[in-house]
Amino acid sequence: MEKLLEVDGLQVAFKTHGGTIQAVRGVSFTLHKGETIAIVGESGCGKSVTAKSIMRLIPEHIGKIVGGKMLFQGKDLAQLPEKEMREMRGSQISMIFQDAMTSLNPTISIGEQIMEGIIRHQKVPRSEAKRQATEILQLVGIANPESRLKQYLHQFSGGMRQRIMIAIALVCKPAILIADEPTTALDVTIQAQIIELFQTIQRKTGVSIIMITHDLGVVAKIADRVNVMYAGKVVESGPVREIFYNPQHPYTKGLLSSMPRLDADRNIPLSPIPGTPPDLFAPPAGCAFAARCEYALEVCRAHQPEETQLGSKHVVSCWLQDPRAKKLITAQQSPTGT
Amino acid sequence: MQKKPLVQVKNLTKTFHLGKGMSLKAADQVSFEIYEGETLGLVGESGCGKSTTGRTIIGLYQPTSGEVIFDGLNVHQASGQERIKLTRNMQMIFQDPYASLNPRMNISEIISEGMALNGLYKGKERAERVIELLEMVGLQKEHAHRFPHEFSGGQRQRIGIARALAVNPRFIIADEPISALDVSVQAQVVNLMKNLQREQKLTYLFIAHDLAMVKHISDRIGVMYLGNLVEMTESEQLYDKPLHPYTQALLSAIPVPDPDLEKSRERMIIEGDVPSPINPPSGCVFRTRCPVAKEVCAQQKPTWQEVEKNHFVACHIYQ
Repeated sequence: MEKLLEVDGLQVAFKTHGGTIQAVRGVSFTLHKGETIAIVGESGCGKSVTAKSIMRLIPEHIGKIVGGKMLFQGKDLAQLPEKEMREMRGSQISMIFQDAMTSLNPTISIGEQIMEGIIRHQKVPRSEAKRQATEILQLVGIANPESRLKQYLHQFSGGMRQRIMIAIALVCKPAILIADEPTTALDVTIQAQIIELFQTIQRKTGVSIIMITHDLGVVAKIADRVNVMYAGKVVESGPVREIFYNPQHPYTKGLLSSMPRLDADRNIPLSPIPGTPPDLFAPPAGCAFAARCEYALEVCRAHQPEETQLGSKHVVSCWLQDPRAKKLITAQQSPTGT
Repeated sequence: MQKKPLVQVKNLTKTFHLGKGMSLKAADQVSFEIYEGETLGLVGESGCGKSTTGRTIIGLYQPTSGEVIFDGLNVHQASGQERIKLTRNMQMIFQDPYASLNPRMNISEIISEGMALNGLYKGKERAERVIELLEMVGLQKEHAHRFPHEFSGGQRQRIGIARALAVNPRFIIADEPISALDVSVQAQVVNLMKNLQREQKLTYLFIAHDLAMVKHISDRIGVMYLGNLVEMTESEQLYDKPLHPYTQALLSAIPVPDPDLEKSRERMIIEGDVPSPINPPSGCVFRTRCPVAKEVCAQQKPTWQEVEKNHFVACHIYQ
């Protein structure tokens, strides 16, 4: 598959009164043409900051990309001047957000908001922009698109607003669509409709999707590959089946086993991950998950783990993968007979 | 085993008046019982009336009609001594752990306020009770003199639980207690609630929209749609054999964290949105989105009936 976007060692830091927060601490991944990758993790793990950094949406006086590269069409998005970046947003890379009500303008008709991007990027007359806007509304499943173009955001339901945001994002046929928790605010029956819409759109347009979510059910449904993030780093990544059926990082395992399943026996207690994520003002020297990890070794607290390749693009950053750790664990376990 | 109902909800209706002659029926003729020692889950999408039902049961709202009986006492007509007895026995845990704790009170004050109002424990005993409660919910005694902003969302929810437990209640209404928490922390709070239930012999009404979590914690589940209770039965039964088309759609819409299953699963996607509760459809409120709606569904409201033992449903297919 053709490589579309290569993020390599991305680091993002925010300046606050309390000090510098290292929100993203070296994230690398590759997005191929036509695929969907999911970035999962809990609040504060840096998944949204990663997404916003690709779009360069973090204001410079608040947060900065302090390291790493983001290669797209031969250009490094991290270094691109703002003027060129503006040409890129909407036409090449688009983003949609969790809450349409606060992401779109309530005082401008949705038709104008859809046409804005078309006129800006394609420099076509209004009549042509309107034709395209009607077409895209139809694609996202809004009935009577011509009359609805004149309406305002408050005249639409939550699910419809999400469809409009998707329409705005897709109208200039971008290569990449970044979706930041697009279904989190929706009810499940509406969520199912929107996920179905993502899949239909991908089939029809071939757009590559980066899906940011904390819902592993959504990931299982839509993703080809998964990046699991914890405390600003990708701790495990791989094809979706590998992550769900053969998770190697204790955090990934913990996430999967702390979620109840509809088809599970409810007498078996959930196994939560104890504790809370670390403070990113002063991230730990070693593995950030060590403090909550039941398998943590001495080395985990002192040194960052290296990436281990497990074949078929399954990569995990964990000291337990080190052959020496495996020996140590076997040695510890053998006297007790387990 | 003969189960004793602790809470009886009888034809509970709550209408909110919106002005200009408009009104919103948030709960419409809702009837069910909660047995001593069980967890009853109440699920449904936003605006279905599950929170209104919970808040009316505990007496935060006056019902428009219908009644709630708690251990023989009518919640909305109780006065004086009876009212005090009720508030001591019924407590609530809220969704937003940030908004439900007073930021200007320290944890000890938050937890002991209910004890003070009810005249429970005096002086040193009360301070000891606060520490006992903190430890019961997995916090430490050092936390007693800190303020809410010093805690994470999961810890605050634990404080909310300790506050509810302070007056030794028998019944706790938990309104979306884990929706604002991260996945790994949700499991911590749910396990805590389950353990406390066993130790303290508590009865729960667990209101949430996450059906997987509700199924995990509840003995029985009620499903609500647009102010109406549409189905209620034991958790396993609801999952294995959902009867109401809405319950079926809801179960089918939930993505399961299992890629192979997700790819092979035939999904029943219901079209459209939930209609406005200000102007709900005639007859059965689900008929506008129901894949099997018949003519009668528009004309008559389906009755609430027990179609199998302990399995109640309101749908014309089964009448």
